[in-house]
Amino acid sequence: MSAANHPVSLVRGASAIFRKELRMEMRTRELVNTTVVFSLIVVVLFSFSFDPTSEESRRFGPGLLWIAFLFAGSLMLQPSFVREQTNETLSALRLAPVDPFAILLGKIVANFAFLGLAELVLLPVFAVFYNVALLPVLPRLLLVLALGTLGIVIPGTVCSAVAAQARMREMLLPLLLLPLLTPVLIACTEATAGLFAAPPELASIWVEFLAGFDVIFLTASYFVFSYLLEE
Amino acid sequence: MRQEQSRTNRISSTRPGVWFGLGLTAVFMAAAGYAVFFLAPEERTMRAIQRIFYFHVTSAWTAFIAFFIVCIAGVLYLVRRRPQDDWLAVSSAEVGLAFTSVVLVTGPIWAKPVWGIWWTWDARLTSTFVLWLLFLAYLVLRTLVDDPERRAVVSAVYGIFAFLDVPLVYMSIRWWRTQHPQPVIAGGAGSGLNPQMRAVLFFCWFALTALMALLVHQRYRLEALRHQIATLRLLAEERTERHELRQ
Repeated sequence: MSAANHPVSLVRGASAIFRKELRMEMRTRELVNTTVVFSLIVVVLFSFSFDPTSEESRRFGPGLLWIAFLFAGSLMLQPSFVREQTNETLSALRLAPVDPFAILLGKIVANFAFLGLAELVLLPVFAVFYNVALLPVLPRLLLVLALGTLGIVIPGTVCSAVAAQARMREMLLPLLLLPLLTPVLIACTEATAGLFAAPPELASIWVEFLAGFDVIFLTASYFVFSYLLEE
Repeated sequence: MRQEQSRTNRISSTRPGVWFGLGLTAVFMAAAGYAVFFLAPEERTMRAIQRIFYFHVTSAWTAFIAFFIVCIAGVLYLVRRRPQDDWLAVSSAEVGLAFTSVVLVTGPIWAKPVWGIWWTWDARLTSTFVLWLLFLAYLVLRTLVDDPERRAVVSAVYGIFAFLDVPLVYMSIRWWRTQHPQPVIAGGAGSGLNPQMRAVLFFCWFALTALMALLVHQRYRLEALRHQIATLRLLAEERTERHELRQ
């Protein structure tokens, strides 16, 4: 399990996987494109379920935004391992002289980059729709965004590897992932709502909670992931 | 073959131990029912409806034990690869889900007359519901993987994740909002339970844990039988093939 047993270090292995994912995405741009469009549709459609011009919508807005990110994430993470299976590149990954955790880590970082990029595109659109001032709170918002996105992609990438081995995997991933992400949804929504309130404030408890969530699931993934790669 | 057969018989015949466990659990459950209705004093403000609490709270505790077993059995399976650990995991998950369902049904029955509403989005209620969803997802996952070893590995991983998630769900919802009555057992100052009520509560927990153990054991035997049948079927197919070849 430890990196010492493998000729390639954890960081080098992970960065090789990350670069591979990035190259694939640069060639097709399918993940980021579909994720942006999908989350845009979610935000617009959900706005019809209440009066978006009311003062109330300020309170619904952050939750709506994070629901969109969660749904988008649960769809975007789908191909992460399914693609390796259909192209039969999973065996190559298994044979690679790297720590299995490096493979997971590279994929987590890549998924973080893709989902984060989609979120950054969506954020200004959301700010215009819901009349929120982004710029004064941007650094703090980026912190919440980063921790929340990590919270989605860490358990999400592992669940993607789990779902890839089952039938009906397209439906299975959201089913496995969304209940696991309840704490992330609550923490991110509360933190974002605090930032959009007047005066904006960020409760440190939610930041610490999100960081704790990320660390706990990353540690758990470290211990279990090698078993998921077995043939 | 003879050996196989004797092993099958050993598992399939209901041994006296099982009947003993069944009888004992039935006595405990009956005694618990009697204690709840006749021994426990009536609560001053909530009256009779408060009695549901003895089964509501203890079902939650028992379900929690069952889910803890799922997590531990998952870890054990990943480490030592004995199919028995996976059988234990699935048995505990199903029984735990049943107990959680009892919690989710008895809760609103109690809440309607006392709080005036069936459901409230409070910390313990909502986290129990999420817990229920997580293990429902666990069982759905199991139905969608055919290979037994694959199924055992992926469900062990998901079972561990689901169990890890429970305290996090609880904390996040607790900070979000809370309306549930403050814990009466080991709660803060001013909380507390009449000693007789406490005795009845713990006896109910004991009875329900016995019931859980019985159910898990029966479910485990079912899983062992399925495994046995699969092995025998494989053996039979092999023999037929060999027989056909000889002809």
